[in-house]
Amino acid sequence: MNTPRTMFEKIWESHVVARGPGGRALLYVDRLLLHDGSGAAFERLARRGLTVRRPGQSLATADHYVPTVGRAAGIADPAVRAMVERLQHYTAESGIDYLGPTDARQGIVHVIGPEQGFTEPGLFLVCGDSHTATHGAFGCLAAGIGSSEVEHVLATQCLWQRHPKVMRVTVDGQRGFAVHAKDVILAIIAAIGAGGGTGHAIEYAGSTIRAMSMDERMTVCNMSIEAGARAGMVAPDDTTYTYVQGRPWAPKGDRWQQVLAFWKTLASDTGAVFDREVTVDGASIAPMVTWGTSPETALPVTERVPDPSSAPDPGRRASMERMLTYMGLARGTPLAGIPVDRVFIGSCTNSRLDDLRAAAAVARGRRARVPALVVPGSGMVKAAAEREGLDRVFQDAGFEWREPGCSMCVGMNGDLGRSGERIASTSNRNFEGRQGKGVRTHLMSPAMAAASAVTGAIADVRTLEAR
Amino acid sequence: MEPFGTLEAAAVPIDLPNVDTDRIIPARFLRHAPGPGYERYLFHDIRFDDEGRERPEFILNQLPYRGARIVVAAENFACGSSREAAVWVLAANGFRACVAPSFGDIFSENCAKNGLLAVVLAADVCAGLRRQLRERPGATVVVDLPAQTIRGPDGVRHAFEVDGFRKECLLRGQDEIALTLSYEPAIAAYEARRAAEWPWR
Repeated sequence: MNTPRTMFEKIWESHVVARGPGGRALLYVDRLLLHDGSGAAFERLARRGLTVRRPGQSLATADHYVPTVGRAAGIADPAVRAMVERLQHYTAESGIDYLGPTDARQGIVHVIGPEQGFTEPGLFLVCGDSHTATHGAFGCLAAGIGSSEVEHVLATQCLWQRHPKVMRVTVDGQRGFAVHAKDVILAIIAAIGAGGGTGHAIEYAGSTIRAMSMDERMTVCNMSIEAGARAGMVAPDDTTYTYVQGRPWAPKGDRWQQVLAFWKTLASDTGAVFDREVTVDGASIAPMVTWGTSPETALPVTERVPDPSSAPDPGRRASMERMLTYMGLARGTPLAGIPVDRVFIGSCTNSRLDDLRAAAAVARGRRARVPALVVPGSGMVKAAAEREGLDRVFQDAGFEWREPGCSMCVGMNGDLGRSGERIASTSNRNFEGRQGKGVRTHLMSPAMAAASAVTGAIADVRTLEAR
Repeated sequence: MEPFGTLEAAAVPIDLPNVDTDRIIPARFLRHAPGPGYERYLFHDIRFDDEGRERPEFILNQLPYRGARIVVAAENFACGSSREAAVWVLAANGFRACVAPSFGDIFSENCAKNGLLAVVLAADVCAGLRRQLRERPGATVVVDLPAQTIRGPDGVRHAFEVDGFRKECLLRGQDEIALTLSYEPAIAAYEARRAAEWPWR
């Protein structure tokens, strides 16, 4: 009998083109996603006199820099317009599908990949963005890469990769009331630390993960990089197949049966050995919120801001003190009740239909007390939400309903907070300055963010939502 | 790409863990390509005040560390965003090597693509190096890639691991795309196999 293998190992092995020195492997890239920050890679490729090797295996959109209001009028900022036009130019020249700012399918690259069926089980998929781990929710190997690597893939459709270690994170148990996928991944990051997954690919397993929708699994895999892991993955199952079937890039007809049989071989074999095993009790996870400037500072919303003197070493203590100063928080303050100035619901972590439904359920019939922004992940998500009337729910509650893009997660398009403001955000990073210079970010789920909007403070959503 | 051999240079200690690439170069500068003035973006929002004046308390603004070409950092240095600009902006300031107990994986790869070396050493060794560098501002560190050692200001050598592929590429200043293009027959063979075995891809 063959040695039991992990899903990671099966996918890795099936992509080895050649082996190089030092245990490196040249891996074949099935799919490359491109965005408006990818233009420099095309420019360097052109300067070398090279062309795109396999344009049919790439998909491009504009997400990081596009405005989320007044898009029909075009992009006002000339520098941004030039970047978007540059991507349009290079993709047209090389024959790559491009979903531009006015395309009904445009959106955040990690939302549209799955939506278009571009993301499938078993693939090796890369993108010049660290949240590419999102796609691993489909049981593929998906990793964020740098700009030089994007150029390398455009030129060769391959990448030299070092074999990472593989960690399995098993989450078992039924989630509690108003506990969402975001709470699960924040609890995992708090448990293993912001560097806990460094050098690893993570496979998420267990009944809590298995019970999740694809939107929820994407939220979990998305933040693998916040635990230091370039890739996070979930074995495909009927939830996956049902999601993929019938999408534009998905296999059709006889080929569907063929591909389904193959996908069913991908899951880790019983007895497969992982380099590290972590277990998390899914039933004990509470709604989470971060208090500091690293995603590992997530705590149950019922907790208080910690005391740096509890830190295990002087380095950690100095770090915690700096975080408290930046965040304008005093040790011992209950997290619930900290006033917020602004709310952002969106990003590649939490801008899909499930996320908008969860936020709308809290906003319905209530009124935002602070400015609140809802930015759907794609034109398709936006249209689907509008068919359900979610746009009306948000607008009736005083939330702004915007056009799709990365928006206030990274602020490259100008959607930023003001210095000193405190933002309740469904995005993935609470780093210093991430949402604007001097802005203080608290990460949480869409339901928790909506609860913060309607109360004007960080709030335990369980006190608002009827069971 | 400039080959990397042995580097003897002043080093700057950065004590905080989890320094993210947003802090190394804030997102609003990513629209600019490296060029004149690019070096100012490095650690911009902690290095300069709101009027663009240097903050004297920030270590890179202190005279003995200005010529530093090596960073000695703490855990999980350059985590977060995949922005290669974090490497470009370090390079624009003359940096060629970073030493830390761990790095963001993507940053570490991005370093190698630009001729910079990211060296992993044990946390206590890094802490000891940082302490020496604070006690003796401007002290030099020697990074010897062929021998895979780092020599601290106290003269003590520490061996480090580097995978053979990365070492070869850095020593030769090897352009990776040129290297991979030489594997064309293997790539073509894989593509033929892929079309036969996984025709839906």
